Amino acid sequence: MCLVLFCIGLYCVLRKRNIIKIIIGLGIIEYAVNLFFVLIGYRTHGRAPILAKDQQILNMVDPLPQALVLTSIVIGLAVTALIVAIAIRIYEKYGTFDITKINRLKG
Amino acid sequence: MKILPFFIIIPLGTAFLISLLAKKIKNFGDVLANLGTLSLLALSLYSTKLVFAHKILVYKVGGWMPPIGICMVLDGLTSFMLVTVNLVSFVIALYSVNYMQKYTDKYRFYTLFMLMLAGMNGIIITGDLFNLFVFLEIASISSYALVAFGTEAEELEASFKYAIMGSVASSFVLLGIALLYSYTSTLNMADISLVLAQKGTGLLVSFVAVLFLMGFGLKAALVPFHAWLPDAHPSAPAPISAMLSGVLIKVLGVYAIARIFFNIIGINNIYLSILMFLGVVSMLIGVILALAQWDVKRLLAYHSISQIGYVILGIGLGTPLGILGGVFHLFNHSVFKSLLFLNSGALDYALGTRDLQDMGGLREKMPITANTNLIASMSIAGIPPFNGFWSKLLIILACIQSGRIIYAICAVVASILTLASFMKVQKYAFFGKLKERWQDIKEIPAFMRLSMIVLAIICVMGGLLIIPLFKPFLQSAVDVLLAGNGYKDAVFGAIR
Amino acid sequence: MKNNKTGMTLIVKTITRLTVGLILLYGIYIVLHGHISPGGGFAGGVIIALSFIHLMLAFGRETALKKLSQTAASVLESLGALMFLAIALLGFLGGCLFFNFFLHKGKPFDLFSAGIIPLCNIAISLEVGAGLFAIFAALILFKGLGKEE
Repeated sequence: MCLVLFCIGLYCVLRKRNIIKIIIGLGIIEYAVNLFFVLIGYRTHGRAPILAKDQQILNMVDPLPQALVLTSIVIGLAVTALIVAIAIRIYEKYGTFDITKINRLKG
Repeated sequence: MKILPFFIIIPLGTAFLISLLAKKIKNFGDVLANLGTLSLLALSLYSTKLVFAHKILVYKVGGWMPPIGICMVLDGLTSFMLVTVNLVSFVIALYSVNYMQKYTDKYRFYTLFMLMLAGMNGIIITGDLFNLFVFLEIASISSYALVAFGTEAEELEASFKYAIMGSVASSFVLLGIALLYSYTSTLNMADISLVLAQKGTGLLVSFVAVLFLMGFGLKAALVPFHAWLPDAHPSAPAPISAMLSGVLIKVLGVYAIARIFFNIIGINNIYLSILMFLGVVSMLIGVILALAQWDVKRLLAYHSISQIGYVILGIGLGTPLGILGGVFHLFNHSVFKSLLFLNSGALDYALGTRDLQDMGGLREKMPITANTNLIASMSIAGIPPFNGFWSKLLIILACIQSGRIIYAICAVVASILTLASFMKVQKYAFFGKLKERWQDIKEIPAFMRLSMIVLAIICVMGGLLIIPLFKPFLQSAVDVLLAGNGYKDAVFGAIR
Repeated sequence: MKNNKTGMTLIVKTITRLTVGLILLYGIYIVLHGHISPGGGFAGGVIIALSFIHLMLAFGRETALKKLSQTAASVLESLGALMFLAIALLGFLGGCLFFNFFLHKGKPFDLFSAGIIPLCNIAISLEVGAGLFAIFAALILFKGLGKEE
């Protein structure tokens, strides 16, 4: 499932013209990867005797993917915020969201 | 013994302190940033001494034993990269004192700069794969923000493209890490190589390797992932271009690829040939595209692609001489490419333009810029006795030695073309007649001059790094890469 | 359309007045119990930021900015990060000192070197909350500039 999500996101990033759609495509990619990571963790939970959603704070290996995904989500948020800010500025300067028109840099 | 976390603590602390206080106290940002980079440089030089003594050092974060805890590893490759990164950062921090006065919000620049530096240092010293990803993101995000610093239209567009591509690359890396974790259920680098040695590598690991190659290759601007570089590097302010081109693509790209492929996954001939092939392609395409450029910084950006191709070719050869050449070229390229970018920044600062066809005859007016540019151009083109010559010679010799004559010929051809394009730069910018517009420009301010002179001196003396007195500096880095899977034994041995 | 400049309609404003305090409290609860229930610094910080953003959405920029101005937000953020670093450094320099900090039967854990998790959570929540709020304020600033022309 996650691969499908990932490919959809990748397609969005590569082919869509509107900047906002590209940003959303990037978000989809990130969600797909994070989801995949958490699903991996489910297998880990299956192995351990403690099927815990809450943190049973004796053993750090069990909730490891969850901690990683938490960090990764925060990073994704920061990246999205930055890109959206840049996109807004671009809109001010170029007056359009169409990425085929925003290519003054050539060569 | 416990100096490793300082490489992250100092830049992080400096970044937030500057963000907090620099508005109130004048010049606080400059002083603190330069002090920070200077102390980092001193620490990294000290770390090389430590590595000579102990061969490898492991610092456990929080006292937790790996593989449960995160550990930081200091070995030959690490200390070498640390010295490279911090040296160049120090010089660039000096340079920025004057250059960034043209931009608003100078202290924010320092904050982002130190954050990027913290990220890069973190990548170098970490021994844990997810930690690598976190620091990779810190450095990347800071660099996206820094590229967009001037907020002109072109800069924003370049930064946007760079940010999107960089984020996609990071997602590839994260996916690779996720897959690798599912296979080995550990994140510690030494432990992963241990498990891989026991379990054997199969289709999954090859897929992961491809993912990593794509992700880190984009960060390193390997062809065919190089499309962001010619837009992003010129649009950034000059010290940032120097940082990006001089250290960032090396640390994030080349160092990560080297560490992962050599130490964790374990090299075999397939990976090496892929690396070599990509390296040669980057070399040629970079230099051919560079010939047609009239914008100084864009030309330099294309040359970065080409020179990184050299480094990857050298490292991809796998022989001791090849890796030595590649690693040496890494160091040299940091030095002279930063110098070249700082020069172009000086030109931009004094003239306000980057178009080569507008310049001419600046040799009389800006002697220091012209001379340092000459030194750097000769280094990058590989003219003796500057440092570029030695490293390129090593790489070409290693190619011939391992029987890949075609790659050696390509390397020589690329070198000649590099020489040609820098002759063009020299001719148009510095020699020739002085145009009417530039009659009363002045030489650039003091700090910029100082930093360029320091880098030029290192260029000249860089050739000395091969002589046996200084060779251990490079050799320790080479040994780590050659040890390959022995990395895990070294780390585990040093932990107890 | 009489509330065009200063935010949304009256219904939204009334409800916001009631719920903002609750949201803030909930966020603080999540932060403080970060070591025994899901959440912790990041999520709690986001919720705290949400309470301020809620204010801003409902009432318009100026009111929210009066509660927490932009420079104050960035100062808070840097302070939060520095506090986190200080806690980490404290542990690092102090060697192997283990601090026990009991809150609701949790057993403490070492973070960076010998840290106190609830304190770290508080520092992170400060940083995340202030940072998010600053980002949102900055974005609204631009949108405001674009639309008022």
